Amino acid sequence: MRTLLIRGLLAGLLAGLAAFGVAYLVGEPSLRTAIAYEETGTAADHHHDEAATSEHAHGEEAEVSRTVQSTWGLLTGTLAIGLAVGGIVALALALAIGRIGPLGERGTAALVVGIGFVAVVLVPFLTYPPNPPAVGDPDTIGTRTAAYFGLLLASLVAVGVAGSVARSLGGRTDAWGRAGAAALTYVVLMLAVAAVLPSYDELGDFPASTLWSFRLGSLATLTTLWGVVGLTLVASLARIRTTPARAGAGSPA
Amino acid sequence: MSAITAPAAIESTPTPIPVSQVLPWAFLLGLLAIVTVYFVGAEQGAVSLLSGTGVHEFVHDGRHLLGFPCH
Ligand SMILES: [Zn+2]
Repeated sequence: MRTLLIRGLLAGLLAGLAAFGVAYLVGEPSLRTAIAYEETGTAADHHHDEAATSEHAHGEEAEVSRTVQSTWGLLTGTLAIGLAVGGIVALALALAIGRIGPLGERGTAALVVGIGFVAVVLVPFLTYPPNPPAVGDPDTIGTRTAAYFGLLLASLVAVGVAGSVARSLGGRTDAWGRAGAAALTYVVLMLAVAAVLPSYDELGDFPASTLWSFRLGSLATLTTLWGVVGLTLVASLARIRTTPARAGAGSPA
Repeated sequence: MSAITAPAAIESTPTPIPVSQVLPWAFLLGLLAIVTVYFVGAEQGAVSLLSGTGVHEFVHDGRHLLGFPCH
């Protein structure tokens, strides 16, 4: 159990580093463009007057300089989220190993990371696409944050429900049938959740090309993070398997 | 990575780890993960435990690029 957690956290650390690289190279340029746009004062949210700026300062007046925000700050963020993802994935894997159909350790790891990516990254990305600075009304940050985390929670609950639907089918169908039923359950539940949650249209006249490249950069960052967690974890499990010193293959990792 | 491992290449269904062994870790890491995500994703934005804007600004770019609502 402990080795599995350590492997998960190490995978997360590596993933955080890789995600920082991608975020810095692919994400930062559009973020800079967005901040420059914000500072011209043409941002759509008219609440962004002096009072709002002091509340959310990007420029020279900021407590933390832009250089620090885009390097050490960004690195801290991606490492922290990488570690959190690595740790939680390892926990989920510990519970899933030997309990999901005919899958081995590596297959289970790939499936857990795949499901996690869809539930925690892809579905939230499609429901509430990430926004660069200058987009978003500061007055709705409370409800937008609540909706975002509510969606995350609902998505994880939906994965749980989908899993128990698959379980309840038992021997009535094969593994593919159960996987299909689980996927269908998840999709139907999430469509219902997305229909109920509020939607926000606060783009104003923000340049579409910057928005697009920012969102691509964000998706690239998150995909790198989860991809590296998955690949590292699967590779490290292969090493456990092929290490002859692995005394008693039946004992818990 | 050698020929000796050929039989292991066919993965048999592994033995599950007992839930009781996972639970304490789940509690500890779950809590840590929630705190981490909270500080990167929401502190000094929608909710503030600490006063000022230092945390928000420090993790600002990560918050945007990792998909959280920032402001
Ligand atoms: Zn921001």
